[in-house]
Amino acid sequence: MSRTEVPAAGRMQTLARNPAIIALFMGLALAGCANKKNMPNSAGELGLNNATPGSTQDFTVNVGDRIFFDTDSTSIRADAAATLDKQAQWLQKYPNYAITIEGHADERGTREYNLALGARRAASTKQYLSSRGIPASRMKTISYGKEKPVAVCDDISCWSQNRRAVTVLGGAGM
Amino acid sequence: MLRRTFLHSAAGLTGLAATVSPAMALVEININKGNVEPLPIAVTDFVAGGDLGQRITDVIAADLKRSGLFAPVNKQAFIEKISNPDQPPRFEDWKVINAQALVTGRVSQEGDGRLRAEFRLWDTFAGQQMTGQQFYTQPENWRRVAHIIADAIYERITGEKGYFDTRVVYVAESGPKNARKRQLAIMDQDGANARALTNSNEIVLTPRFSPSRQEITYMSFEGQQPRVYLLQLETGQREVVGNFPGMTFAPRFSPDGQRVIMSLQQDGNANIYTMDLRSRTTTRLTSTAAIDTGPSYSPDGARIVFESDRGGRQQLYVMGADGSGQNRISFGDGSYSTPVWSPRGDLIAFTKQSGGKFSIGVMKPDGSGERILTTGFHNEGPTWAPNGRVLMFFRQPAGAGGPQLFSIDLTGYNEQQIQTAGYASDPAWSPLLE
Repeated sequence: MSRTEVPAAGRMQTLARNPAIIALFMGLALAGCANKKNMPNSAGELGLNNATPGSTQDFTVNVGDRIFFDTDSTSIRADAAATLDKQAQWLQKYPNYAITIEGHADERGTREYNLALGARRAASTKQYLSSRGIPASRMKTISYGKEKPVAVCDDISCWSQNRRAVTVLGGAGM
Repeated sequence: MLRRTFLHSAAGLTGLAATVSPAMALVEININKGNVEPLPIAVTDFVAGGDLGQRITDVIAADLKRSGLFAPVNKQAFIEKISNPDQPPRFEDWKVINAQALVTGRVSQEGDGRLRAEFRLWDTFAGQQMTGQQFYTQPENWRRVAHIIADAIYERITGEKGYFDTRVVYVAESGPKNARKRQLAIMDQDGANARALTNSNEIVLTPRFSPSRQEITYMSFEGQQPRVYLLQLETGQREVVGNFPGMTFAPRFSPDGQRVIMSLQQDGNANIYTMDLRSRTTTRLTSTAAIDTGPSYSPDGARIVFESDRGGRQQLYVMGADGSGQNRISFGDGSYSTPVWSPRGDLIAFTKQSGGKFSIGVMKPDGSGERILTTGFHNEGPTWAPNGRVLMFFRQPAGAGGPQLFSIDLTGYNEQQIQTAGYASDPAWSPLLE
């Protein structure tokens, strides 16, 4: 908007303005797509002995569906490698499952960087499973950055649970 | 339709010469000083048939007060009651209550239903009208008229453009932290007229305004495919930006609105791409085995600031708009992210992580002159008011709570919370509306 001082003679200056009324709209509701639920991580919650071999429950309880990372790191730790080795064995035993590896970050980073960090964690997990014989064609990755924490608190123990990669089973029977 | 007309001086005290070379001795605020003593200003209820006059002046006074540069005088202290705003006020009555500036006005309904609002700004000690304007608009635009008047007052007294007639897009968040719902939302800069732009269970993040104010670019996880989208605000029409073989994120418009710049994730690396919105051609600007993200153009479109961990931790880099000459500019203790170039071109705002704290700061485009404006458990994601004097950002408390929006002056003073109905993050300030 240009601004001109008013001459005392009173010549009017008129400037048009667009009302710019932005239409309200809602309803970008999308085709319902059930989100995968994070599975309980403790055997006790599920009843260890009830898991049917080859079931999602079996994978979550007896194998472990998630691994954890150090702060700002994407390296596969020794404990994570042990879990992934078991995942690879299980996936080779039940070859009908495709998987999606979800990468996550803790809240102690900025949003955009954490999206990339989660993607890196998912990628390094995929790479590890690939090195253990799981074909890349069975694996997809997605990063949720810091947007889907499982643990809510404000200390280090909590953040460490959120720095994770979760292997989600899909495609059973395919 | 909103029409503006300038009003000539009602005082009869100022001749042509005085208005051509304005205001040598008139009241002014030096906005560049750090902690400015707010200027006492009396904003009188606009003369009106109903209560609209008071509602308009309340919005004007609230804008001016929130800027930190003005101290609206309590109406209870007023001596003169303005009944005819075409007549000069009794300046003595305003000087005695130390109102250095005075706003008078009138609001009325035209025969065709339009609202007519007019105001005059007076320097009480000089006994002069400083400016006067009138507006015709639809009655539902009354808050915009108030913001435009507040911008005119701010500009006349500070010499800087105002920022009150603006909007903010943001992510409205609700629900518990481990099952948070996120929707895009838009509101006036003062938090009024908030409304949702999306309503889905998919995660939506980082909305950013186009220079035309008519569209936003943002990231959505729709269909489990995290990608950058465009959204037309008037029609609600959406489209995916480009056909990239991976997650696209961290979008922003170029200053001419012709391109969207963003990151593309492939395996462990993120690199920066642009897409020309007319030709649909994409151009790769960075090529590193690192996370390059958060790109933001300089206002002349010639340069881009972005963040990269190519040197280990996240740091800020500047490159030419063609990707040439990528140089690191941040060298302080800690890591730097979410850079945003000021609309004035003189500064880059950022989030800094250091010593377990998250701060909002600014530095010059060559990396010199770093200043931290606010620091705490978690401050993130600055956005500039269009005049480059005020920043908005979000603050996340420790624990189970959610983020809220705050604004702070470039001086580091005058931090204010923006009231939103629920949690809010990722604010992006519009240009001045037109």
